[in-house]
Order: sequence, then structure tokens, then C-alpha cells
Amino acid sequence: MNRHEYRNLVILVLPTAIVCIAFFILPMAKLVMIGGSGERGLVAYLDILTKPRHFESLIATLLLSILVTVTALAVATISGLFLERNRFRGRGLLISMLTFPLAFPGVVIGFMVIMLGGRQGLVSEISKAVTGDKIVFAYSIVGLFVGYMYFSIPRVILTIMAAAEKLDPALEEAARSLGAPQWRVVLDVILPALKPGLIASGAICFATSMGAFGTAFTLATNIDVLPMTIYTEFTLNANIVGAATLSIVLGIITWTALYIARSLSGSNAVAAG
Amino acid sequence: MSGSRDHGTAIKLLSCAKTFGGGTVRALESLDLEITGGETVVLLGPSGCGKTTTLRIVAGLEEPDPGGRVFFGDDDVTRLPIEKRNIGMVFQSYALFPNMNVRENIAYGLKVRKMPKVEIDRRVGEMVEMMHMGELEFRRIDQLSGGQRQRVALARAIVVRPRVLLLDEPLTALDAILRTRLRVEIDELLRRLGITAVYVTHDQGEAMSLGDRIVVMSNGKVEQIGTPRDIYYKPNSEFVAEFIGSINRLHGIACGDHVEVAGGTVPWLLNQSSGKVEILFRPENVGICDVSVAQLKGKVVTSFFQGDRTRLIVGGLGERDIVIETTDRTEYISGQDIGFQVDPDSIIVLEK
Repeated sequence: MNRHEYRNLVILVLPTAIVCIAFFILPMAKLVMIGGSGERGLVAYLDILTKPRHFESLIATLLLSILVTVTALAVATISGLFLERNRFRGRGLLISMLTFPLAFPGVVIGFMVIMLGGRQGLVSEISKAVTGDKIVFAYSIVGLFVGYMYFSIPRVILTIMAAAEKLDPALEEAARSLGAPQWRVVLDVILPALKPGLIASGAICFATSMGAFGTAFTLATNIDVLPMTIYTEFTLNANIVGAATLSIVLGIITWTALYIARSLSGSNAVAAG
Repeated sequence: MSGSRDHGTAIKLLSCAKTFGGGTVRALESLDLEITGGETVVLLGPSGCGKTTTLRIVAGLEEPDPGGRVFFGDDDVTRLPIEKRNIGMVFQSYALFPNMNVRENIAYGLKVRKMPKVEIDRRVGEMVEMMHMGELEFRRIDQLSGGQRQRVALARAIVVRPRVLLLDEPLTALDAILRTRLRVEIDELLRRLGITAVYVTHDQGEAMSLGDRIVVMSNGKVEQIGTPRDIYYKPNSEFVAEFIGSINRLHGIACGDHVEVAGGTVPWLLNQSSGKVEILFRPENVGICDVSVAQLKGKVVTSFFQGDRTRLIVGGLGERDIVIETTDRTEYISGQDIGFQVDPDSIIVLEK
């Protein structure tokens, strides 16, 4: 590379570099420093494991995210395959409705969960009329789960439909011609073909669920998910150090999940998801 | 080769028709077809002629319209799905499982049949040796060439010892040289196994060299069923004549033992009628002779020297130019007069 080309390259890279430094590297570095700036220095990061409130919040968030990811993958894979393979009236409308949740912020999704399973919600009204008991789930982990599922499913369905479209029907016919029953075709042909898409969209689901704030905030649940704990520490307790350490840990977990997905499913899979 | 012909399973199709799109698209008119055990039958025709639909009905991937029945030997398999028919199938797109290596692909049918591992290893080993794929055994599919892929697909289909082998345009995706080589391999394989095979293609060369019999199809209907020789020498319709090889057509009027055409006369010894006819003859059944004594005269439009023979396009015999192939060493020039006669035994006359 000669000097001229080198100079052009620097000029071209400059905008990206500025944005990256200003909005990514500097804040992250500052956050790491704040996390370690308390009386006990970097040991503060260990508090997450020793402080029960923080630790429980971390575990609850992890479990919820994993549960949402697995369930969303299962539900969306089945529906995605069905939608890709069957042509019926209203199919287009149904697909655009299924992708609707992508258009809403978490607050609205939380609001909808309350309308469904809150104290004055649809389920509570119906259950009261039928059994006399009000069933209310909006403010528990069930409410969070429903809300997270709502915005996770469309992300997976779209990826699965795209992957299923590329699947050569002759592959399934070949497996069947060799005597494979339907469940083996799914196991040996369809799922392996969908694997990159499943990993990619699963990672996105997991990352989104780990960091989701709006829904949790609206539902004001009795479970503190990590983003809620960070908010509480930061605004109510003015525990800046605690909030910073939790933020860094949350970031590392999410980033690791995305990184693993990237390396398992090929470099462009996450971008495609 | 006839010795190995008697242990294959016979296939019988009875009134098999197929309609798609809720009764709107007729892909296959009612078809009756009997294939004897060990025979190789080629379904030949342009795309959309119904050949693939027929193959898929034999495979069990499509059910014939009500009334149609499919038999393997004496078993009525009409309602049996493909996975229970014990067939081997080879696809144009190879359809190898990309998540398995060569060996796992070949072993798949045996694994599904829950065969003991020792037996699977033995059979796969045999197959790898037979198809000369020793060095490929543990390769991933994306590391194979098209020809290698199709050989793996063949091995995967026959290792389970299927009752019938179905091949859906297996050579179409390959380049010309590989196509010829693999065609020879498939031919040897079918002879050696003595298996009943149905082979779908749109390539007449493949059909002629592989088929014991050829079923020529067009628009969902069978045009002609016969041996390659029958189909080539005695086509029963213009469509078959045009589809198999190249053929010349001349319009003329029959009178006595010959037919009058624009450039002269063509002998027709078996003539029993008079009136308008169409004469078909192949480019290689023409003899070039001196213009003064020739039965037919025309003008050379173009000549293509092809080494072993020369291909001449000749005009002046009606609206369509004709094609003549000659093996003599004479050089023909555009515009020169040319005289020739048609071998009377090789002409096909269609009465109008």
C-alpha cells in the first residue's frame, strides 16, 4: 500500500472510528472505571456474586431469558415452517401481523400484557365470570414471560421462514425415499438446515430478553430483572458503582452469547438474523 | 445382460392421471404402463410433458387421481407413502445431506432401517469400493465435484437394495464430458444390478443409450412407447420424429411409386394412396449424387465441416431448408447446385 492509498484509507475509516470511540469505547471505559472506583476498587465486581439481591436478579434474568429463547425457538420454528410451506387465504396478513410486535416499544408491550393479564385484564374478567376467582399474571414472572415471548417470536419466525425457503425439497424427499419417517426427516434434514438460523435468532432473542427494560418497567413486577436492578441502583439508591458493575456484567453476558452464536453459525448469521 | 434381467420388480401403472391446482391443471392424462422386472424405461420429453409427474407417482411422492393404481410386482402400493415403498431415488440436484459426510450419506438408508453397525460398515465398504470412492469416504459434501456428488447419490440409493431405482434427470446438472462418462457408469451399474429402473430425462442421447424402452411424452400424454430403434426409425408422429434426432420434412403429393416434391421426386415403394403427404427422413439417410441423374435437386445454403462428416444446409425444396449429412471428402460451396436421393427404406410418410 503506498502513502496515497494509506491516506485515503485513514480518511475513509475516520467517521467510523470517531463514532466508535465517542459512543462505544469511551463510555465503556468510563463505566468500567466507575465500576471499580468505589471504596473497594475492582472487588466491587465480586459483589454481584455476593450481594443476594444482585445475584438473584442476575440468575432470574438469565433463567427468564433462556426460557424465553427456548420457547420462542420452538413455537416460531413450527409456525415459521408452517407459514413457509402452506399457501392459504390471509397468509400475507397473518405474517405481517406476526411481525407487528417489532414495531412496538417495550412500554407498549408491557401495557398490552396488563390489558391481557392485569387486575382489570381480559383473563381476569373472564376467569372471574367463569370461576369467581380473578386470575392475574401480568405482574409476575408469567407476565414478563408473555411480554418477552411477544417480541421474541417475530424475530425467530422471519429468520426461520427465510432459512426454510432455501431448503431444497429434494433433500426431504431423498430422506423419505431412504425410508425415513417424518420425525427423522425433521431431525436429520430440516433442523440441521435451520441450525444457523436457529442459533442466530436464538442469540438475538436471548440478548434482547437480557436487556429488555421497558416491558419490565411497565409491569413493575415483583421480580427484579437485571435492567430493573440497574435502574433502581442508579436512580433510587444512587449506587453508581453498583449500577456500573451490573451494567458491565450484563454487557459481557449478552456480548458473549452473540459472540458464541457468531462463531457457531458463520460470520454473517447474526447480521442476517 | 439378459441373464440378470429376471429378478427385478415389475412396475405397473393403471389409469394413472394427475391433476393439480384443485382440478385446474392436468399434468398427466390417464396413463397405463407396464415395466418388466429388470427393465430400464426412460421417460423422455420436453419440460411440462408429465414425465416427472409419472416418476413421482411411481415413487409415491404424488398420489394418482382417484381410479389410478400403482403395482410393484403383485403388491398394490398406490396408498403406500414413499418411505414404505423401498425405492432408490436419484435427484437432479443430488440432494445429498450437507450435514453428513460421504460415508454417512451412503449409510443413511441402512441406519434408518436399524441395521446392525457391522452390517452397515460392510455394505457401505462394498459400495465405496464398487463406486471407486475410497479416497472420498470421509469428505464433506461441499468438497466434492458434481460428478462425485451424483456417484455418492447413486451409491446411497442402491446400497439399501431397493425394489426399483428412480432417476430424475440425474445428469442434467453436469457438464458435457462428465455427463457422457457418468452415463456409461450408470448404464454398467443398471446392467450389473439387474434392477428395474425408471429414468427421466429431456436428453434424447441419454434416452437412446440407457433405455431398454423409451416412453416419449408430450403435454401429459404418451406419444410413443418403444425400443430406441423403434422410436428412431419408426416414429409414429411428427412430434416424436422431431424430438428424437434431427429430421427433414418435405411436403409433396403421392402418385404411384413415388412422391412429387418441390425439388424432384422421392421413391415410395409401399405407396397405397394418393394425395397430399408429408415425407420425413433423417440427414444421414441421404446419398449425394451427380446433379444430372439426381432425383432431388437443391442449392447448398451453408456447409459445416465437422471432421468426420460434413453437414449441409440445402435450400430450394420448399419453404423449409433441409439438412444433409455426408461422410465424403468433397468440399461444398455455398450456392452450388447439389443432387441427391433419399434412401427409400428410411423414409417416413405421414398422410395429411
